[in-house]
Amino acid sequence: MIATATRPLLEVKDLCVDYLTDRGAVRAVDHVSLEVRKGEFLGIVGESGCGKSTLLFAIARLLTPPAEIASGDIWFEGNDLVSMTESELRHFRWKQYSVVMQSAMNALNPVMSIGEQLRDAFDAHQHLTGRQVEKRSEELMRIVGIDPVHLRSYPHQLSGGMRQRAMIAMALAFTPELVIMDEPTSALDVVAQRSLMLKIKQLQREFGFATIFVTHDMSLVSHFSDRLAVMYAGQVVEVGDTRQVFADPKHPYTVGLMRSFPSITGALQPLSGIPGSPPDLARPPAGCRFHPRCPHVMPRCKVEEPDFYAREADLVRCFLFDA
Amino acid sequence: MLELPVRPQGAELIRTVGLTRHFRLGGFLSRRFLHAVDDIDLSIHEDEIVALVGESGSGKSTIARLIAMVYKPTAGEIYHRGRPLATVRSRREVLEYRGHVPMVFQDPYGSLSPVYRVSHGIMRALKLHRADLSRRGREEEAQRLLEAVGLVPAVDFLGKYPYQLSGGQRQRIGFAQALACRPELILADEPVSMLDVSVRIGVLNLMASLRRRERISFLYITHDIASARYVADRLVVMYAGQVAESGPVEDVLAHPKHPYTQLLLSAVPDPRAPVSLPATGEVQEPPRVIDPGEGCRFRARCPYAIDECSRVTPRLRLLRPAHDAACHVATSDLVAPAPTERTDKDASLR
Repeated sequence: MIATATRPLLEVKDLCVDYLTDRGAVRAVDHVSLEVRKGEFLGIVGESGCGKSTLLFAIARLLTPPAEIASGDIWFEGNDLVSMTESELRHFRWKQYSVVMQSAMNALNPVMSIGEQLRDAFDAHQHLTGRQVEKRSEELMRIVGIDPVHLRSYPHQLSGGMRQRAMIAMALAFTPELVIMDEPTSALDVVAQRSLMLKIKQLQREFGFATIFVTHDMSLVSHFSDRLAVMYAGQVVEVGDTRQVFADPKHPYTVGLMRSFPSITGALQPLSGIPGSPPDLARPPAGCRFHPRCPHVMPRCKVEEPDFYAREADLVRCFLFDA
Repeated sequence: MLELPVRPQGAELIRTVGLTRHFRLGGFLSRRFLHAVDDIDLSIHEDEIVALVGESGSGKSTIARLIAMVYKPTAGEIYHRGRPLATVRSRREVLEYRGHVPMVFQDPYGSLSPVYRVSHGIMRALKLHRADLSRRGREEEAQRLLEAVGLVPAVDFLGKYPYQLSGGQRQRIGFAQALACRPELILADEPVSMLDVSVRIGVLNLMASLRRRERISFLYITHDIASARYVADRLVVMYAGQVAESGPVEDVLAHPKHPYTQLLLSAVPDPRAPVSLPATGEVQEPPRVIDPGEGCRFRARCPYAIDECSRVTPRLRLLRPAHDAACHVATSDLVAPAPTERTDKDASLR
């Protein structure tokens, strides 16, 4: 790779994604810019419909009509992903970056054993002998903590946690630089979820890949991600160091989210959540998209769209920080 | 010494005794049974919120459906104000019971019919369960109910279709429909798990206020212990179809006695806790309980398991005031408490 040391692994610049509907284009991702450095764990949090999954699919170039990238750039180690053709992408996917989907039950083929599905991937991307494929598959299963006998198992024979681990094993098959994960733990129980998160973090330290991890559960990534981006109504509203964002959330939406989940420790406090509900992206409110729900709304929020303002190491899309 | 919980208890609404439900697996002649719920003794009082917590497959929803008379128990009995449900037979009595104990479902997108206005479900419930009301009275009551669940202006909401509502609003309609029957107890099966994070707390607050203002009890079923702590008085932790531990919420959280409760609490992501990443703890997953033998169902995952755990199924034992756990190893705090105050959650197990 020709990437210089200072250049981020992935650079997303002013990315916009539209869904083309009968009633016109609906902008699901609106001028999002992000960076992911080598080996970094970036968490993206937001509620359903905020565009976080659409953003991931755009980055992985997996969007299907009616969704399409309307404008913006995605640079991966100096390669322009947006302009790549499908055949060029084929050499890129799996080896440079891979994707772990939310529902392993839907992402895995129900009539093929885990081992066969791994072999499929190897056949498509690398020339290995049968024996080599077998050895590598067994190694991968051990890495993610599944007994290799399950290579002969079918997805329905595995528990939810094991299916997600199998998905991660496949994603790591070609030791990519970046693993993109779309709520991989959302179908799991807390205990299995915790165990999978620890596994992901351990693998990441061991193999050094970067991760973009999308979730609706802010508390889930609090101990795992290096940086955190908070999305609301198609936009990133705050991005910064994870611990900093948790210790001192700045955007009123982030503050509201933090006040939305009760804790099992400390004194029991009455919580209010955030009044109202997220906007319809077909008709987003004028000005700041959060202003109808914001407790600090000012006259200018209703007409002007805020830019990013820097506060400490964070970037915040809110006029409260315009000074 | 330990304080006794001071909360005065109202009359008992529901009591289950040895409640058991098995499901036959495979064909009609199959001899394999899934033990969804085994031998549950549970009580819910007036003016009380009981949270039933556990992983998926632990039997929480089955209990709600048994209480709602959707399933019949394989063994055991449910008493409603002292009357066995097995004696509730006639259509009129079943209807009356279901009005006393309605259910609110997990999926607000699937539980409202898309072709009817909001008013339909509520008016229907009023017609069925509130024969005392005139047509005009029903309309007024429907408006009052929507206001009670925080949907104002009520008149506007009555005319809307489900697709015009957000998830949180739909779930409030679910509660309004349940309220229409003038219930004593609402069985709320994961009512917030499908809602957006920022609106969940509003629905939890609604449950708390309905208890306060309308004196309605709740069986709140959830996998989220933090939300259970937020609204409930009592916590019942389920594991593999059995009750592992139950007691006043704060007491269970501060002094978890069952190793499973301890595991569950340690797994809850809590951003307010200091960052600490333990080495990967390989935890196994809960068993599907098919024709289980004797013994504790948690023993394969339990760090404290002893011989007895594989031979004898532990029964619930009172270990602290109003707080019991089904574990052979857990020690009681009721007799001769240690001189020093315990701070370590594991200490009680040694």
